[in-house]
Amino acid sequence: MREIRFTLNGREVSTSAHPMARLIDVLRDEFRMTGVKEGCGEGECGACSILKDGRIVNSCILAVGMIEGAVLETPEGIAATDRGRAINAGYAEAGAVQCGFCMTGMAVATEALLRQNPAPDEHQIRTAISGNLCRCTGYAMIVDGIKRAAIKGSGLW
Amino acid sequence: MNKSPISTAVQRVDSHGKTSGETRYLADYYYPDMLYARCVRSTRSRARILAVRVPELPEGYYYVDHRDIPEGGENCVAMINRDWRAFAADLTSFYGETIGMLVGPDRSRILQIMDSIEVEYEDLEPAVNIDEALALKGGPIHGSDNLFAEINLTKGDPDAAFARAARVVEGTFESGAQEHVYLEPQALCGTFEDGKLTIHASTQCPFYIRHSVAEALGWAAEDVRVRQTVTGGGFGGKEHYPDVLAVPLAVATLKIGKPIQLVLPREEDLEVTSKRHPSRITLRTALDSDGRILGMQLDTIIDAGAYESSSRVVLQRAVFTGIGVYDIPSVRAHGRAVATNTVPADAFRGFGAPQGLFAIEMHMSQIAQELGVDEDEFRRRYFVRRNSATITNGHVPEDVKLNELLERVKQLSDYDRKRRSYARGGGRGIALAFVQHGSGFTGSGERDIIKARVRLRRTEDDVIEVCASNVEIGQGVDTTFRKIVADVMEIPYTEVQLLNTNTDLTPDSGPTCASRSVGVVGYLLQEGARKLKARANEPGPIEVEQEYRQPPEIRWDAETLQGDAYPSFGWGVTCIEVQTDPVTLEAGVTGIWAAFDIGRAIDELVIQGQIDGGIVQGLGYAQIEKLESSNGRFQQITMADYVIPTSLDYPAINSCLVDNPYPYGPSGAKGAGEVVFDGAAPAFTLALQHAFDLPLRRIPVTPEYILEVKKHARNPVHA
Ligand code: FES
Ligand code: FES
Repeated sequence: MREIRFTLNGREVSTSAHPMARLIDVLRDEFRMTGVKEGCGEGECGACSILKDGRIVNSCILAVGMIEGAVLETPEGIAATDRGRAINAGYAEAGAVQCGFCMTGMAVATEALLRQNPAPDEHQIRTAISGNLCRCTGYAMIVDGIKRAAIKGSGLW
Repeated sequence: MNKSPISTAVQRVDSHGKTSGETRYLADYYYPDMLYARCVRSTRSRARILAVRVPELPEGYYYVDHRDIPEGGENCVAMINRDWRAFAADLTSFYGETIGMLVGPDRSRILQIMDSIEVEYEDLEPAVNIDEALALKGGPIHGSDNLFAEINLTKGDPDAAFARAARVVEGTFESGAQEHVYLEPQALCGTFEDGKLTIHASTQCPFYIRHSVAEALGWAAEDVRVRQTVTGGGFGGKEHYPDVLAVPLAVATLKIGKPIQLVLPREEDLEVTSKRHPSRITLRTALDSDGRILGMQLDTIIDAGAYESSSRVVLQRAVFTGIGVYDIPSVRAHGRAVATNTVPADAFRGFGAPQGLFAIEMHMSQIAQELGVDEDEFRRRYFVRRNSATITNGHVPEDVKLNELLERVKQLSDYDRKRRSYARGGGRGIALAFVQHGSGFTGSGERDIIKARVRLRRTEDDVIEVCASNVEIGQGVDTTFRKIVADVMEIPYTEVQLLNTNTDLTPDSGPTCASRSVGVVGYLLQEGARKLKARANEPGPIEVEQEYRQPPEIRWDAETLQGDAYPSFGWGVTCIEVQTDPVTLEAGVTGIWAAFDIGRAIDELVIQGQIDGGIVQGLGYAQIEKLESSNGRFQQITMADYVIPTSLDYPAINSCLVDNPYPYGPSGAKGAGEVVFDGAAPAFTLALQHAFDLPLRRIPVTPEYILEVKKHARNPVHA
């Protein structure tokens, strides 16, 4: 079978998975990017968020055949950057994290937002994470975490 | 306000790993040779199972059912009762009940095979709601009367009160089912480690799983190990329900001898796992000619579903909390947990209290409106105080700071001005709810059933190790437990080692539920740490244990349900402001304020997280989380249909705490995880009543329901 090639966190990789296989399964099972979480498998919760060519997508509703040549960034990839560390520090300071299952997806949404808008206001933040469900926090402390991340990482985006 | 140093927020120990993706949850463990499991489930609400036809299975695939339970075992899930079967054998009592389990290496192949498994049924007439069950439609599901539990309580002289009444006000209040939607679905894995059967699970209660697996296999509890994996939310949904999955999984693991992962797809999780109990509560109040309350009658019915699970205790809490924060001189309470052919209901944050509190808050406001007096002032007059008699003829053991909480919330929200200026029925509304929540298990459950034990040691290398069975499910115990011990030992909290995820390594300090982890177990840790500290000069390793002892002034009779049902209470005042649309009847929440007395915060940010998350989850319950059942099947089984709050639905919450240290809590802390949830639904619904001037009697309050009330409202609420 033809290999599907793409860039994963800066590395050129390929997979021989069936083109119809869900991207989330390939990322998790084959590449062990387990920061990509499955919360619903139907494109509703955002726990499986990744960046595809810089845009946030739900990897549970993408077939791996659709990512030939794409540039993918997972939570692991983002966390390893200075910007990822700023996000992490902002969340920690705000006390944003509870059970954590939504948090890698939130971090991806945060990265996507701050790339477009390094100094977002409350409403812009809430809109940017509205595709990411969190059942624990009621969101306000995540919003606060994102504001802090923007300040801590000011100049990085 | 007079903040204790311990309350100062620290950085949570679990924050970094969870944000970066390093932290592994159950599905993130890949064992060599691991197989996957799916449950074969009943597609009838009530039927005899005549035959299960499994096609010939390819190599490496297995079908597991009740016949695989080893000799000496029992086909049951041992919880409080043991009526829930591990595998439905000849009868199924709800849609989605586990009949068997299909196990194999390839997940899509498993799905194909599932499609070809045929179950032959003989349909029986189901009773799918409270009315059908009370009428014994299709014959009883449980016992002779379909009641898993019934409670009768009397306080004072209710007969005399009603005989003397100048007027009686009555209302019936209903609440729907609610799904937890922990973001990580139910997830377990069975393995053998060092030759020992090990269940890894996303769970609140490792020892519950150990108990139910051992009972079903007919083994000693010590022969099973349970390891909690980092748990992506629980809210009560991972209190007992993992037992229901763990038993069939253990049977399969034993039969096949390889690691088996069972993770429920979200749809299946929504469709078959336990929900919050739907309720119907009728309240009648006897008033004298001056409008003073003489007495009250409560009739509390909860829909328990097909098996008992923890419904008996949920019912107790619903009834014991049924008169809210009020001192009512005479009360008669009747409570019933009714068996229906639906998914068994079980624990969910609040555990019966939200249903009881919704009803009493709505009813008290109803009385005030019928009397034409101010709802808030009317309720305030009946606030309990220290030593007030409770519905179980016990006493309120502590200072009650409701008035202070009320003042704080009024200041934060500018309540009095808004309440005056928003005309009744004018589209804007603002309202208050007053709540209490008993911390810990009901009655003497802590002393007689749980018997919590914790262990602390100073190791050879001078490390402080803490062993307890209460686990991190997002609520912050991995941080707060460390802080409690570190505070006593005067060391940094990050230096405390916490062992709380493996039943082989920790004593049983009870389940992670009932707002008991900090208030009850945290106190044991504090006292244990004090013992350890007193022996600090001794050389070498030291180990101490600390066992639960009931506070001396507490008395409780478990037979008659009389006495002090709870040793301490959390208290809260929640205020919700709404703006409604007269055409679509949609409501938007424009302000949320709250004040709580939880004794003392072990960590302010952790508590703020509980308050924010609890209130938003409570607003979801009150407004948008509609879970209807038709013929015993839930209709909303995708996340697109069962909608939970998003970041755009509710504004940030402005909350505060009032300090009221509890002598038997660590640094004065009481439970906090549930009281924060309780007030949202009544406050929201009362605010809508204010905005629409309609008598609302049911949650969730959807626009469709408001329309229905509007059509039927012959009289406005304040007649
Ligand atoms: S798992 Fe992909 S959106 Fe929920
Ligand atoms: S922290 Fe639990 S779902 Fe967001």
